[in-house]
Amino acid sequence: MSKGLKIVVLVKQVPDIEKVRFDYEKGRLDRSSAEAVINPFDLNALEAAAQIKEKIGGVVTAVSMGPEQAKDALRDALARGADEAVLLSDLRFAGADTLATSYTLSCAVRKLGAFDLIICGEKTIDGDTAQVGPEVAEFLGIPHVAYVDEILDISIAEITVKSRLDGDNYVVKMRFPGLITVTKDANVPRLPTLKDKLRSRKAEITVWGMKDLACLDEKQFFGLQGSPTGVAKVFAPTSGKKKGQIVMGTPEEKARRIAEILLKLGASQ
Amino acid sequence: MNNVPDAEGVLVFAEQNNGLVHPVSFELLGKGRDLADRLGVKLSAALLGHGVHKEALELVYYGADVVYVFDSPFLSMFDPVQYAKNLVRLVTETRPAIFLLGATRLGRSLAPRVAAALRTGLTADCVDLDLDENGNLVQVRPAFSGNIMAQIKTKTRPQMATVRYKVMKANARDPRRKGKVIVKEPEVLSDTGIQILEKTAVGGVNLAEAEVVVSGGRGLKSPGDIALLKELAKELGGVVGSSRPLVDAGWISRDHQVGFSGHTVKPRVYVACGISGSPQHLFGMRDSDVIIAINKDASAPIFNVADYCVVGDIYEIVPLLVQELRKLKAVKNLDERK
Ligand SMILES: Cc1cc2nc3c(=O)[nH]c(=O)nc-3n(C[C@H](O)[C@H](O)[C@H](O)COP(=O)(O)OP(=O)(O)OC[C@H]3O[C@@H](n4cnc5c(N)ncnc54)[C@H](O)[C@@H]3O)c2cc1C
Ligand SMILES: Cc1cc2nc3c(=O)[nH]c(=O)nc-3n(C[C@H](O)[C@H](O)[C@H](O)COP(=O)(O)OP(=O)(O)OC[C@H]3O[C@@H](n4cnc5c(N)ncnc54)[C@H](O)[C@@H]3O)c2cc1C
Repeated sequence: MSKGLKIVVLVKQVPDIEKVRFDYEKGRLDRSSAEAVINPFDLNALEAAAQIKEKIGGVVTAVSMGPEQAKDALRDALARGADEAVLLSDLRFAGADTLATSYTLSCAVRKLGAFDLIICGEKTIDGDTAQVGPEVAEFLGIPHVAYVDEILDISIAEITVKSRLDGDNYVVKMRFPGLITVTKDANVPRLPTLKDKLRSRKAEITVWGMKDLACLDEKQFFGLQGSPTGVAKVFAPTSGKKKGQIVMGTPEEKARRIAEILLKLGASQ
Repeated sequence: MNNVPDAEGVLVFAEQNNGLVHPVSFELLGKGRDLADRLGVKLSAALLGHGVHKEALELVYYGADVVYVFDSPFLSMFDPVQYAKNLVRLVTETRPAIFLLGATRLGRSLAPRVAAALRTGLTADCVDLDLDENGNLVQVRPAFSGNIMAQIKTKTRPQMATVRYKVMKANARDPRRKGKVIVKEPEVLSDTGIQILEKTAVGGVNLAEAEVVVSGGRGLKSPGDIALLKELAKELGGVVGSSRPLVDAGWISRDHQVGFSGHTVKPRVYVACGISGSPQHLFGMRDSDVIIAINKDASAPIFNVADYCVVGDIYEIVPLLVQELRKLKAVKNLDERK
């Protein structure tokens, strides 16, 4: 390979939130109720990588930390344009919070060698913290731009993106190596072709465990042991009903009653 | 892990934009004051920007005992690398036990960098903060896209959290409050790899700040019917909000979306028209002062959080409501003129 970018896409396998059922009594999700899928925002990350590759060439490596089962997510990534896939899987990686997850991912990226751009999803739909991208960037000592809505320009040296932070649109130029996290607005992920799907089913997926990661002298930074935050308990969000007043009468009477209430609340122009 | 036993005090990141402090920072100071008083420690704030000295006193008025100001042209706009570097230095120097940032997009881009550099735990997007019997921070946050709430504790110091805008209460501004303003020498890199070429205000509706929000959901039959809501909103001096399906269908722009993946609103009055009240929608509006729900299904979950429940067809009720409001206002105006 001569020219082009070396791109790493970080993908996480998550339960399908549209299908998953919640046991609100126990405040837990019933994992058997839904299949595992690629985190939807990571599809936008993969699509961004695929488009960059089409435009200026390069190699895309998908990396995921998770159990053996997460190979399915990586196969999906391969079908959607990634060239290589690496699964980080080890019992000692389990129970990781974002700090330990980011540390593990950053070790893997280091091991992969020189890279230009890392692309993450904006956030996941399960843990939902949006912290892994910027934490990986910090561990690798590279800049990042979060919440990228659009890639405006890209060359082999730098990328220009549009990102919305709260009330402002930013146009930011970032030199490589760097990291971006992309939103749902960044692109429309393509559907993998049947041929790509079949090809990915047979593809080789590299698996790295703890012993394979370079910075191994720091065992205490992985998994549960390396996680400063812990979930103490979970509960359902809609506890506590209000005792609302039911407005009775004909539609006209209801409307009049609400109008009176609104005016009393001082809500009127 | 840096389990610093002597960590003490509460630090708040005072986010600013164009030299003005973001209101979430005043809310953090309100919560931070409460935590600091219960722990018997100091509340500090970190203000980074350019030409922001005059805002430092505002932070004191809202509850800070000490304000650290970092002023430099390199800090005028948000560069996560520059900001993180200075905050990491301040935390290393002052060793707070608790460090809070707003869960704005800016805060959520910045906080993880700081946490990683300090190798400390960070809890995302908290909607409640409390202390356990040992004085550890108890952080409550939604997860699984708003479907569950989780209580999270942090072993390391500082215990870092980003906190959702519009869920904590700011204290009343007290211009007689005294505090110390300490000007710090910022440490800036001449080149972080990031160059901000342009920054422009997005514009559009300001849902988060609105006093009255009239929202519509899938009870609407066609995009043109949003005009119904607009009319009611206009009568009430409010803005139009919506549930997510209308946004996904392209009937209304995303800046109108209320809920977990949209805006959190806390208006004086929230009128929900043809909205069922999914956990994701409730997440963004349940703390409104008064909720009025109009839905033709008496068992719709929205009625569980509503103060006034109107079981009925929005196509009937909403136009009547606009009429009644006009009538009542006309009477009121007449009375006032007498
Ligand atoms: C209920 C609950 C609450 C939690 N709250 C917190 C909390 O407040 N703080 C905390 O530190 N941890 C928390 N965790 C743990 C956290 O969810 C896990 O550490 C998780 O592995 C990564 O975080 P995330 O899912 O939030 O990812 P995010 O930070 O939202 O993910 C952003 C992007 O990073 C990449 N990425 C994330 N995870 C992986 C992965 N495993 N492999 C490859 N790429 C990845 C993807 O590109 C993804 O789109 C919580 C977990 C649960 C179950
Ligand atoms: C990850 C994730 C994030 C999400 N984020 C959000 C979010 O931020 N905001 C959000 O709103 N949703 C969000 N959702 C979607 C959410 O789960 C619901 O699907 C959505 O809120 C439902 O919108 P709705 O109430 O308008 O529609 P429906 O649930 O279809 O409800 C329509 C209601 O209108 C009533 N109705 C119908 N006709 C009439 C009539 N003529 N008069 C009166 N009432 C009538 C019906 O009785 C019904 O109760 C999210 C979902 C996921 C998975």
